[in-house]
Amino acid sequence: MSGIPHDHYEPKSNAEKWLHSRLPIMGLLYDTLMIPTPKNLNWMWIWGIVLVFCLVMQIVTGIILVMHYTPHVDLAFASVEHIMRNVNGGWAIRYIHQNGASLFFIAVYLHIFRGLYYGSYKAPREVTWIVGMLIYLLMMGTAFMGYVLPWGQMSFWGATVITGLFGAIPFVGEAIQTWLLGGPAVDNATLNRFLSLHYLLPFVILGLVIVHVWAFHTTGNNNPTGVDVRRASKKEAEADTLPFWPYFVIKDLFALAVVLVAFFAIVGFMPNYLGHPDNYIEANPLVTPAHIVPEWYFLPFYAILRAFDGEVWVVIAADFLTGGIVDAKFFGVLAMFGAIIVMALVPWLDTSSVRSGRYRPMFKPWFWVFVINFFVLMWAGAMPAEGIYPYIALIGSAYWFAYFLVILPLLGVLEKPTIPPSTIEEDFNAHYGNASVGTGPASAKIPAE
Amino acid sequence: MASIQLAPFGGSLTRETLSVSHAEDQSSTRRDFLYYATGGVGAVVTGAAVWPLVNQMNPSADVQAASTMRVDVSGVQEGTQLTVLFLGKPVFIRRRTQDEIETARAVNMNDLVDTDSRNPNIAAGSDAHDENRSLTTPEGENTGEWLVMQGVCTHLGCVPLGDGAGEFGGWFCPCHGSHYDTAGRIRKGPAPQNLHIPNASFVDDTTILLG
Repeated sequence: MSGIPHDHYEPKSNAEKWLHSRLPIMGLLYDTLMIPTPKNLNWMWIWGIVLVFCLVMQIVTGIILVMHYTPHVDLAFASVEHIMRNVNGGWAIRYIHQNGASLFFIAVYLHIFRGLYYGSYKAPREVTWIVGMLIYLLMMGTAFMGYVLPWGQMSFWGATVITGLFGAIPFVGEAIQTWLLGGPAVDNATLNRFLSLHYLLPFVILGLVIVHVWAFHTTGNNNPTGVDVRRASKKEAEADTLPFWPYFVIKDLFALAVVLVAFFAIVGFMPNYLGHPDNYIEANPLVTPAHIVPEWYFLPFYAILRAFDGEVWVVIAADFLTGGIVDAKFFGVLAMFGAIIVMALVPWLDTSSVRSGRYRPMFKPWFWVFVINFFVLMWAGAMPAEGIYPYIALIGSAYWFAYFLVILPLLGVLEKPTIPPSTIEEDFNAHYGNASVGTGPASAKIPAE
Repeated sequence: MASIQLAPFGGSLTRETLSVSHAEDQSSTRRDFLYYATGGVGAVVTGAAVWPLVNQMNPSADVQAASTMRVDVSGVQEGTQLTVLFLGKPVFIRRRTQDEIETARAVNMNDLVDTDSRNPNIAAGSDAHDENRSLTTPEGENTGEWLVMQGVCTHLGCVPLGDGAGEFGGWFCPCHGSHYDTAGRIRKGPAPQNLHIPNASFVDDTTILLG
């Protein structure tokens, strides 16, 4: 699959040859598993496997939960308590599924920040990045609808607020909102369709994950130097890479084991730490919780949504220029979705010819401010929308957009990058010593056959 | 003889003769027609097949049927609010005090964020004077005693807190900090519009018809 020269699958037995001439599935699996992988990948390259694990874990536990859950406004809340109290091991399955969403988002954010730092989105990996952003959007949709299913107070009011975003669209907003909800308000019709879509979307994500992997198997992995694997000959390529199996599989499984220790510590000892107590109160359309907050992984974008009220000059200008079509409410919605759109467009906004942030002295501080800003927005999103917090959210939102629309385009022009190593082998040897004299795996012949 | 019959096409149906433009050719006009007609019918059939799949998500008949409701307000004392669930959303029925009415009626239109009455019971486009917000009494007078509104914040749909909450003594939405005055008009915060007023009227001395 990859353009990097390497050994391909050769069917040996008659049975293998028989199958291979009819359906080359073994070759597909072999080439996928044996893909030459840059041997200098660091620990930030483990999150992809953690994410695949999360997806499988959520699908398996989710299918089990549906066996015991009832999607009806009068029964949903009770059926979740039934899972927690009566179903054999149901509490564990549900807590794994509930906290699994958090693990999923921790991993995806680290994965995205990894890509942003090492320039993994740059040519020729733009399609990988775009597909990744689509997966991220679907993850958010899936997580949001999943949070509605227990039919607690936060479920109900979160659904009301988020579907209200669609009502902000000029002219057709209310019709779209009614269509999404299946009525004038969040009710039984809404709950039913959310379960249907919450069950469907993970399989769409699975399909996109395959496309995502296909895309970066075609271009080859990025690596911490951003330097391309040499492709002139198989010998050169083998000096820069190791096959995914067994080297990176073992590394990733070790990392997964460490991550899962932390995960199961949370599931076992503090399963509700990341949740909200109000969601253990059954949904009530007549009472709004004093403080509606989304799950932690939505908070930065929730902060951006709330940052733009009618007193911000860009909102006033937009309102004026569009003759009132873009009001404060719609502006907030545009800003929230725009924050993800500018991130998706980063392959074309970053003008630097150097891929990895490691060799970009001016880029580094701006990047780390971007990371800190992400947490500031997360914190501001959790705070009530009064006092100083909307201003903090506004500054954070401004930095988010400035980073993608101003800083990254300008840095490519203003910055003088340092010189990356000429090859991955050189970088590897600089970090781990020249393995050709030692017993390390770099010089070992690849056990391809 | 087949070769003679095919002579107008240049002798034989090769790839070259087929790729020649037939813009002036009568038979290709017929072919074009069939091409577009088939495509057009295909598009219509696809649309007709997809529409029910989309439309099923719109409100079902039973949801649409529950569109009116009668509320007995005989027990509502001055200075209190009755909240009823109508079409899945709360409706506030407040019997205002004289103080609240006077405060609301003293407000200058220039101080309002939204100057539309948001009241479907009177002429569209009426301004947001308190007289255009309150409900006409059973005697046909607009004393301002009764204020009937949807208890749905016009920002993102939370239920505002009542009983004089917020900086303007009316309602306050706890979600994103919108303040409404004693006539339910937006005065501060992210909400763009006054609290909407539902279709409502007194059908007798103590009963309000919603919807």
